[in-house]
Amino acid sequence: MTEAADKESRHHRCRRGKIRATVASALVGAALGAPVLANEFGDPEQGLRVFDDCKSCHAVGEGAKNRVGPHLNGVFGRRAGAEDGFSYSNGLARMGRKGLVWDFDLLDRYIENPKAFASDTRMAYRGLKDEQDRADLLAFLRQYSDNPGDIPEAPPTLTGTDHSVAPEILAIQGDPDYGEYLSSECTSCHQLSGSNDGIPGIIGWPAEDFVIAMHAYKDEFRPHPVMQMMAGRLSNEEIAALAAYFEVVE
Amino acid sequence: MKLNRRGFLGATAGAAAAASLSAPMAQASGSGKPKVVVIGGGAGGATCARYIAKDSNGEIDVTLIEPTRTYYTCFFSNLYMAGIRDLRSISHSYGKLASDYGINVVHDWAVNIDREARTVSLAGGATLTYDRLVLSPGIDFVDGAVPGWDLTRQNKMPHAYKAGSQSELLKAQIEAMPEGGTFAMVAPPNPFRCPPGPYERISMIAHILKNRNPTAKILIADPKPKFSKQALFQDGWSRHYDGMIEWVGPDFGGGAVEVNADEMTVSIDGEVTKVDACNVIPAMKAGRICDMAGITEGNWAPVIPHTMQSRVDGSIHVLGDASNQGDMPKSGFAANSQAKVAAMAVRSALTGSKLFPAKFTNTCWSLIDEGDGVKVGASYEATDEKIAKVDGFISQVGEDAELRQATYEESVGWYRGMTSDMFG
Ligand SMILES: Cc1cc2nc3c(=O)[nH]c(=O)nc-3n(C[C@H](O)[C@H](O)[C@H](O)COP(=O)(O)OP(=O)(O)OC[C@H]3O[C@@H](n4cnc5c(N)ncnc54)[C@H](O)[C@@H]3O)c2cc1C
Repeated sequence: MTEAADKESRHHRCRRGKIRATVASALVGAALGAPVLANEFGDPEQGLRVFDDCKSCHAVGEGAKNRVGPHLNGVFGRRAGAEDGFSYSNGLARMGRKGLVWDFDLLDRYIENPKAFASDTRMAYRGLKDEQDRADLLAFLRQYSDNPGDIPEAPPTLTGTDHSVAPEILAIQGDPDYGEYLSSECTSCHQLSGSNDGIPGIIGWPAEDFVIAMHAYKDEFRPHPVMQMMAGRLSNEEIAALAAYFEVVE
Repeated sequence: MKLNRRGFLGATAGAAAAASLSAPMAQASGSGKPKVVVIGGGAGGATCARYIAKDSNGEIDVTLIEPTRTYYTCFFSNLYMAGIRDLRSISHSYGKLASDYGINVVHDWAVNIDREARTVSLAGGATLTYDRLVLSPGIDFVDGAVPGWDLTRQNKMPHAYKAGSQSELLKAQIEAMPEGGTFAMVAPPNPFRCPPGPYERISMIAHILKNRNPTAKILIADPKPKFSKQALFQDGWSRHYDGMIEWVGPDFGGGAVEVNADEMTVSIDGEVTKVDACNVIPAMKAGRICDMAGITEGNWAPVIPHTMQSRVDGSIHVLGDASNQGDMPKSGFAANSQAKVAAMAVRSALTGSKLFPAKFTNTCWSLIDEGDGVKVGASYEATDEKIAKVDGFISQVGEDAELRQATYEESVGWYRGMTSDMFG
């Protein structure tokens, strides 16, 4: 795939392509207690209603304190698991130590399915499936962050592999023969039959999804320690080679 | 059995490597294809045979020598003891390696290796020639390691450190313990097969006893001041089996142990305890055939990390528990990982295929109680001196039940992946 074609296909699959520009303008001037601004992607007023579900545990706004959950003032740009005086799950605390800082995308993923994001999270919340509800909620919460400017530059691709990987990395052509050699490290655990029991199958994945998933581990954005270690040792070329191999292997 | 050809090739890797360039002499007979003989059809040997056959597309003749028709994995044999797995679920046959990969599987013992002639003799009388020999014979026990115990006592005091009938025996003896009886384990000194293995076993035995015989006691005599995943195991033991398990380390005589299999007693630092079942896991060394081949130094066979070649003889590769390679633990995962590096090196030497840099990984999962799994793992690289650890991780004390359950399920997935990687 050429870089241009690559971008094009990413654009088609993008769920949040429209967010970027509109949010940026809507949020100029938004600060603690700033007036509510409607915008295309998420409506803070609607978000206030969505927040009803969260209120029993989380406080936001002037004087908000930690309750069952941490207060949400300044959550955009806050390091995960790092609000003083709140006792987080080990997983979230670890992600924070490894550098995870909440931005729109990360919060969106976390709220969508908290357990999938951080398997040991203490947040007893089943998740918010509706994309618009999440956008509204985040638009509401954004008003209580001093620095809500963390708007994704390039929208991520598929659900489940949401992680932004630089286009030049995505453009690397992997050598499937090298991938076949490297794959023997994977098949100690992942079955070539593609079985999904206990350990997910990795056969026949689209190369791009594979690359994004592996970089999400390499960047310690996805939490699994074995995979962080495995991916951490692979160079960009090696990840591309594996992706090229697993895409075609039967 | 005679044969000790130690020193024949000058005993240096350099001389051995030079000698290995004259390989074709052994190819004279048969098809003319290069020949690889693999001794031992376990985690290292089965994987290596399969990868050489699979990746060489029929260009290499592969023979696998393994005396047993059914391989019982040591991994998950502790779960079998706890009744979480049945014996059939940890047994594997060599059928596919023969039918799908064209490997010549010979069920026999290798009893002799002539490094000069490059031949292997089998107990049944046959002699095989090789261009490359792969040895993955696992472990044997050091004679006299535990006073009072030798192989003739293994039915009274099983080691169960080679799976199969030994595992069945130990399980039966534990289940037959009288109410409130005592089980003892004599733990091995380093290095040994599967560092967390004895402690996972203790957990699994406690699991059976908690259900069947809750007033029973478990005693561990250990020559090591600390052991693998110690904090995780001890935390788990106090959560699941409080008061049942007593661990006696070397400070309290855990290293000064004698057993008497006729009297069923264990003496720790002179203090004699009557026991109802006893698991003796003696000190270990490389499978005997390595000694016979004259490729051991001390108890193990040293290897060159980049290719897993013996440092004594470059036409022999040694894998898994038998090898002395550096930082990797002696585990099935490690043997499987090393086997792939060796397979690549063997193919490269015999058919000129590409040699990529060696990479190794290991993860060992252990089960503390049903649904309470933990893991430890690391990745490694080859240096000239040893296989060196690069990076690692370990489960944490205090993880929640959901994560522990997920870790256990992952181990079940690994078992399936691993065994299909070995046997096809
Ligand atoms: C209780 C227990 C639990 C374990 N749990 C785990 C675990 O969870 N994960 C993990 O990764 N590892 C685990 N292990 C370790 C693992 O089983 C070994 O490290 C692994 O089997 C080593 O592989 P190997 O190829 O060196 O030897 P083996 O797998 O033992 O294979 C050696 C084979 O060689 C054959 N052989 C020996 N001598 C000869 C000869 N002269 N001629 C022909 N054949 C011969 C034997 O019959 C045997 O089949 C465990 C071990 C134990 C004891």
